[in-house]
Amino acid sequence: MKKIIVLLLSVFLLVTYSYSQNRKLPNISLRNLDGKNINIQNIENDGNPIVICFWATWCKPCIKELNNIADVYEDWQEETGVKIIAVSIDNSRASHKVKPRVNTNGWDYEVLLDVNSELKRAMGVGDPPYTFLLNGKKEIVYVHNGYTEGDEDELYEKIKKLK
Amino acid sequence: MRLSLFLCLILFPTLLFAQDNSGQINGDFNLNMQFYQDDKSIEADAPDEIALNNSYLNIIYTKGNFTLGVRYESYLNALLGYSREYQGNDIIHRYATFNKDKLEVTAGNFYEQFGKGLTLRSYEDKGLGKDNSIDGIRIKYEPMDGLYIKSLIGKSRTFFTYSEGIIRGADAEIHLNTLLNWDLKTNIQLGGNIVSRYQKKSDLVGDLDYEFPENVSVYSSRINLHHGNWEYYTEYAYKMNDPEGAGSYNYAPGNAIISNLTYSKRGFSVSLEGHRSDHFEFRSVRDKGSIFGENIINYLPTLGKQHTYSLLALHPPATQIESEFGYQVDVFYKIKKGSSLGGKYGTNIDLHYSKVMGLETGPDGVRNYSYLDDRNEYTPSFMGDPDNLYYSDLNISIERKINKKLKINTIALSLQSYNKEVFEGSSGVIHSTIGVLDMTYKINRANAIRYEIQGLLAKEEDFLDDTYLEGDWSMGLIEYTINKETDWFFAIQDMYNWGNPDIKKQLHYFSIDIGCTKGVNRFALGYGKKRKGIFCVGGVCRDIDASNGFSLSISSNF
Repeated sequence: MKKIIVLLLSVFLLVTYSYSQNRKLPNISLRNLDGKNINIQNIENDGNPIVICFWATWCKPCIKELNNIADVYEDWQEETGVKIIAVSIDNSRASHKVKPRVNTNGWDYEVLLDVNSELKRAMGVGDPPYTFLLNGKKEIVYVHNGYTEGDEDELYEKIKKLK
Repeated sequence: MRLSLFLCLILFPTLLFAQDNSGQINGDFNLNMQFYQDDKSIEADAPDEIALNNSYLNIIYTKGNFTLGVRYESYLNALLGYSREYQGNDIIHRYATFNKDKLEVTAGNFYEQFGKGLTLRSYEDKGLGKDNSIDGIRIKYEPMDGLYIKSLIGKSRTFFTYSEGIIRGADAEIHLNTLLNWDLKTNIQLGGNIVSRYQKKSDLVGDLDYEFPENVSVYSSRINLHHGNWEYYTEYAYKMNDPEGAGSYNYAPGNAIISNLTYSKRGFSVSLEGHRSDHFEFRSVRDKGSIFGENIINYLPTLGKQHTYSLLALHPPATQIESEFGYQVDVFYKIKKGSSLGGKYGTNIDLHYSKVMGLETGPDGVRNYSYLDDRNEYTPSFMGDPDNLYYSDLNISIERKINKKLKINTIALSLQSYNKEVFEGSSGVIHSTIGVLDMTYKINRANAIRYEIQGLLAKEEDFLDDTYLEGDWSMGLIEYTINKETDWFFAIQDMYNWGNPDIKKQLHYFSIDIGCTKGVNRFALGYGKKRKGIFCVGGVCRDIDASNGFSLSISSNF
């Protein structure tokens, strides 16, 4: 009995302790659209909030979310300085169609290619879309799965609270 | 007692003294449960268990440069459509990684892909029941800026076991501009790799008169160029003689090539891709079959658009890596905002054409890949055989926002040809004309309604057995979403095989889905009959298998 209690206590302490801090980004390098390797921990936005959106060229709700944010992105940036990083989880079947999609739609996001789902796995991302909001210290403060019309407004409320 | 003492001794000092360098735990959870009902109409019997369940929990612990990860997988028992080899519970996936001075070492399970995956692709797709992670050691090193080296050794996962074959591999990639400090407008990257499988002779099944190689290598080289709006990629791969598969004594080497060229600027892009593959399947074990794609450790990206609408994706192609030649063209265009054609918000038009065929057939009329044994020698010509069409798709897809409330998500028209004999092993070719309309009406800030209408008209040829004929289809979907602190969705859909020549098979695949998402927690409940394919309701897309009955899915992230 005593053994179990001590064990539980230890696990509890470890978990509590780990949780007393906000989640940080994993140490993973991905390719950007110019073919350069970028470590996700090195993304910068001068202490302003960052949004990481996981998406794929074949995921309609993802495209809808990114299109809808694109319509208001300029205003968001002016008001809060937020930066959006769109991480494509397309595999080698469609990864070369990511740049065409991004450019054609005129998205001004920083785009990274997660061709074998390395970052997706490290961040526990399930079915796309998946959205992470990071504060100025690059700690994850809000996570949202899926996209329903109007989710971008909710996201923006959370971004504004960080300012 | 000793264990607890040990834990306490480790934990307390860590807690007290390591405040600045604290650890972190994160992960995710996923549950998919299905309750089955007998369905005489589709000749489906419910399994003995009635309810089946696939679940997994990932836990990742990170502290500084160190990461420890485990995945608990539970199949009690595996959902229908998954291999029955997935059975029981196990922490089958576990690994430790550290990262120091640009050296990364992983021990345990890992996923790796070299280039586009022609020589090695170890990956997972839980929705499809795929996981061929490698259990072993992987080292990644960046000795200088612009030079990346990876090497690995291990055994490939097959369901809950590991392959007999030992996989060894190394890959190097050079970013020339960085390495040599070139200030060129063209960014040049070169890469190359070798992967080899060792399998002991005595394990090999087959005729004793044949001498099977114990070591089989594949290798590839690649080039990737970026120049302004242009991007170019080519990879060529070669496989040494590998008489693979049960009872195959084909000693011919294999090869594959993939190439793509992309031009892309704001509002307009074109992408071209082509590939050819001759006898290029590479397995983790030579003599085991592959029903669910298991034991295969390489990949040639499939040509054709990845469709998400059910009827567009009703007849999906898959790469025939032993013999395939194909190409595809994609054009992306956005008509400018505010122009008379483009409307207030602009209009997106995507055009796609793909054509995939087999290689030329050999003199005996059967083989269409390279063949070499004691009696035969055959090498097909480079070009594909247009008389042996696997798949083609010509489609146009338009997206347009009409006003703040109404949006056309997609109007699509597609002409597809699908060779059922090649992809499903039966007979016949299906030529289909498919139309899709998908619209969203935003009632107010919180409420929206989306509907889909789809139709498929089929012309079926060369069917040896008329029972496989399916005929025409239609599909309708209505989805209502509420966006509040908790997001809700309600969806009703029906797929109807009204054109089936067999009147008893003119079935409705009717289903209802309800779900909610609060932050990271997502719950969905479904009821009805579903066909296999990609299923996009409630704001996410997932691959599902055919089912009838109740389904429950829960996912979370922490």
